[in-house]
Amino acid sequence: MSTLLELKNIRHAYGKQVVVNDLSFTLEKGEIGCLLGPSGCGKTTVLRCIAGFEPISAGEILLNGKAISRASFCLPPEQRHIGMVFQDYALFPHLTVVANIGFGLHRMQKQERASRVAELLQTVGLGDAGTKYPHELSGGQQQRVALARALAPRPDLLLLDEPFSNLDVSLRERLSLEVRDILKSQNATAILVTHDQDEAFAIADEIGVMHRGEIQQWDTAYNLYHRPANRFVANFIGQGVFLSGKMLDPRHVEIELGVLTGDIPHQCTPDCQLCGAGNPVDVLIRPDDIVHDDASPVQAAVVHKAFRGADILYTLRLPGGGIALSLVPSHHNHALGEKIGIRLEADHVVAFSQSDRAANN
Amino acid sequence: MKGETRNLTGKSSSTRAGFSHFSSSAYRASWGWRLIPFLVAVLVLVPIGTIISSFFAPTGDVWQHLVETTLPGVLVNTFWLALGVGSGAALLGVSLAWFTAVCEFPGRKFFSWALLLPLAIPAYVTAFVALGLFDYTGPVQTTLRSWLGPDLFWFPNVRGRLGVIIVMILAFYPYVYLLARNAFLTQGKRSLEAAQSLGFNRTQGFFRLALPMARPWIAGGIMLALMETLADFGTVAVFNYDTFTTAIYKAWFGMFSLSAASQLASLLIVIVFAMIVMEQQFRSRMRYAELKQSARAGRIALEGWRAWSLTGFASVTLFFAFLLPVAQLGIWAAVVFSQDFDQRYLEFLWHSLLLSTFAALLTCSVALLVVYAVRRYPDPVTRAAVGVATIGYALPGTVLAIGIFIPIAWVDNWLSEIAMQLFHIETGLLIQGTLATMLIAYMTRFLAVSHSPIDSAMQRITSSIDEATRGLGLSGWTMLRRVHLPILKGGIFTAATLVFVDVMKEMPITLMTRPFGWDTLAVRIFEMTSEGAWEQAALPAVALVLAGLFPIILFVRQTEK
Repeated sequence: MSTLLELKNIRHAYGKQVVVNDLSFTLEKGEIGCLLGPSGCGKTTVLRCIAGFEPISAGEILLNGKAISRASFCLPPEQRHIGMVFQDYALFPHLTVVANIGFGLHRMQKQERASRVAELLQTVGLGDAGTKYPHELSGGQQQRVALARALAPRPDLLLLDEPFSNLDVSLRERLSLEVRDILKSQNATAILVTHDQDEAFAIADEIGVMHRGEIQQWDTAYNLYHRPANRFVANFIGQGVFLSGKMLDPRHVEIELGVLTGDIPHQCTPDCQLCGAGNPVDVLIRPDDIVHDDASPVQAAVVHKAFRGADILYTLRLPGGGIALSLVPSHHNHALGEKIGIRLEADHVVAFSQSDRAANN
Repeated sequence: MKGETRNLTGKSSSTRAGFSHFSSSAYRASWGWRLIPFLVAVLVLVPIGTIISSFFAPTGDVWQHLVETTLPGVLVNTFWLALGVGSGAALLGVSLAWFTAVCEFPGRKFFSWALLLPLAIPAYVTAFVALGLFDYTGPVQTTLRSWLGPDLFWFPNVRGRLGVIIVMILAFYPYVYLLARNAFLTQGKRSLEAAQSLGFNRTQGFFRLALPMARPWIAGGIMLALMETLADFGTVAVFNYDTFTTAIYKAWFGMFSLSAASQLASLLIVIVFAMIVMEQQFRSRMRYAELKQSARAGRIALEGWRAWSLTGFASVTLFFAFLLPVAQLGIWAAVVFSQDFDQRYLEFLWHSLLLSTFAALLTCSVALLVVYAVRRYPDPVTRAAVGVATIGYALPGTVLAIGIFIPIAWVDNWLSEIAMQLFHIETGLLIQGTLATMLIAYMTRFLAVSHSPIDSAMQRITSSIDEATRGLGLSGWTMLRRVHLPILKGGIFTAATLVFVDVMKEMPITLMTRPFGWDTLAVRIFEMTSEGAWEQAALPAVALVLAGLFPIILFVRQTEK
């Protein structure tokens, strides 16, 4: 594997407003990356900087080791060999599906072009829709045409800007898995931008969580969930609550439900000095960290419940007044106000020093 | 239990259409409503039918004379005029639209609305200002002669074909500009980006993608400009450039041959209908090609001389199409003000205002009735009737004037004959040459103008709004007053303004159907310009331009919000 794309400390500003600040990441060939973040975090701007639609004011973007964007240099988008799937697809309404997909193949021979288009139509499962016009297609079909059109010239890198946001939820899930398969079958390197974590988890190999123009953590989905680097990532990814606790030593933390033992010495920032004995911390407790157990001496009151089919998500008030979430199999059906026994069952600790409470939210 | 059932059925029926609360007792009322669009459609169909049937009427000597002398020239003139104005307006309109929609240059924001201002000046006003300025005796050539000597052989003949074409391009390019800009704003930058991500540069992207994608809009704009060109009477009359409209006028008022005039009109109508059919085609394609506006419409930032050359281009256009005519009108008007602003001028003004007000009231009321009729009974037949009723806008004023005059004269004769036989009274002409004829003609021509803003305002009153209102216990007149009227108010106001100004500027219908001696501002301009008295024409023209500015400002404020 070799590095395909490298962003080094890039910065982008609209006038005085800094949208992207000191942002870096790399992407290996054949990998699918994702920029995940709430709307307005600058993720689409990063994508447009990579595509060459926006200039950068500092830093460097390298593709195959060659600089394509620098502070006062911006290689025109058409010379970058970077494909893009737009949020609104930007299909050409006056052209058929075949002509749309073949549009970027203008340097190919007619024969070659036809076979490439046919191959892509097969790949995206639209073999019989070639002569149709975009307005005759459903949203999901349009999305696939947009994908095929972007893949057709075999770009070095494919960018997908919120590609599923115009589709309904049920279609979104299915299509995102399908898109991953298509991308992998074409051996494509891609970056996806989305605000939907399920989508990110379904497609991407590595995900960068963005907030206020900066990448908070660039990691696998598993690590984002189980080892969030900071409070923002912990809050943004998955569900959970923070409970106050006290470090006993770098591997043990005490909260009101008991003592947690971590598998690695410290779970806050790498340069953390505070995790010694006695330091007050906030500990991230996920709903699956708290298990329902009638035999447990710890009793918590049901404040709120959300039926999820297989499970019920209970919001519980702990004896000490803290609030926690617990995911319980749905045959354990308890009424509001009822007290149920719970047990802490977590094999690792995610804790943040209480002194940085305000910093990241 | 019973209440529940009724509630359920009420719900299911009202989801089908906004107003389906009518049981069998309302069946007869439905015919009253449905009749309205048909009556209006008949008002359009009668003139068209009259004109077309006249084509097959026996031909007299006058027609023979026309075919041998006038017609070939008229056809050639019309052909070149349409070709010149069409391509010129396309070039000017599309380029200005692209630059203001997609590029960034000094003054872009100002120009993007200011370039619509020429719509406020009737083409015939621009025409006589251009003649007054650039003709042999005008200030420009006189000054040049005093500098360069008497021989200005290189100076183009303003009165020629080129002069008319340039004046009309300057007057009608905003139609292309407006529609093309709309297309470029919604899809221009995005389609360029898509093209760039597929390996095309910007120039290729424009010609291979942005332009073809905007084709329905551009063609629609050109069609509008061409329809205005074909319908134009005042401009070609000022330039003495014979086209169908002036030929029709001359056949009637010069040779007193109504049949020859209507035969000429029937030829014009065929050309116009070909246009309408094409326009409809483009419009239906527009519907499919509609794209959502992209949130990030960043512009291409141009720098240095490139940016300033765009500023210069837009400035020159605006100067010749708007600033120069307005300034010259102002100067002329100031010169003649003291002698011309008298009792007679006030009379022209009063006539114009009176006609415009009544026409606006009548047209908007009919448009409201039609819109409600379709809302209540949105069946294909009623819709088709509305389609026909709003086609009158495409009919040139000269054609419509004749098409309405002939049947009214016929009805008049018939009425006076009956009166004679039954009551032995000499009634004379009852309708012909009255304001009623003019108002009917205006209504027929401008119904579409008032229909579209009222109709689009009505679209905002969805059936669920009606249901919510009913659910809150309001219905009937209370619902109309408290819910419908406030929502429709803006649309009705826009409609009334547009009709008011259009009627004020309207020339051929007014000229051909007015009561004897009933002069308006437009008629005054026609009379003064046919004598070459540009300065005297300026004072009434100023009033028209001021009135014309009003809807443009309204439109700009609405769209720039």
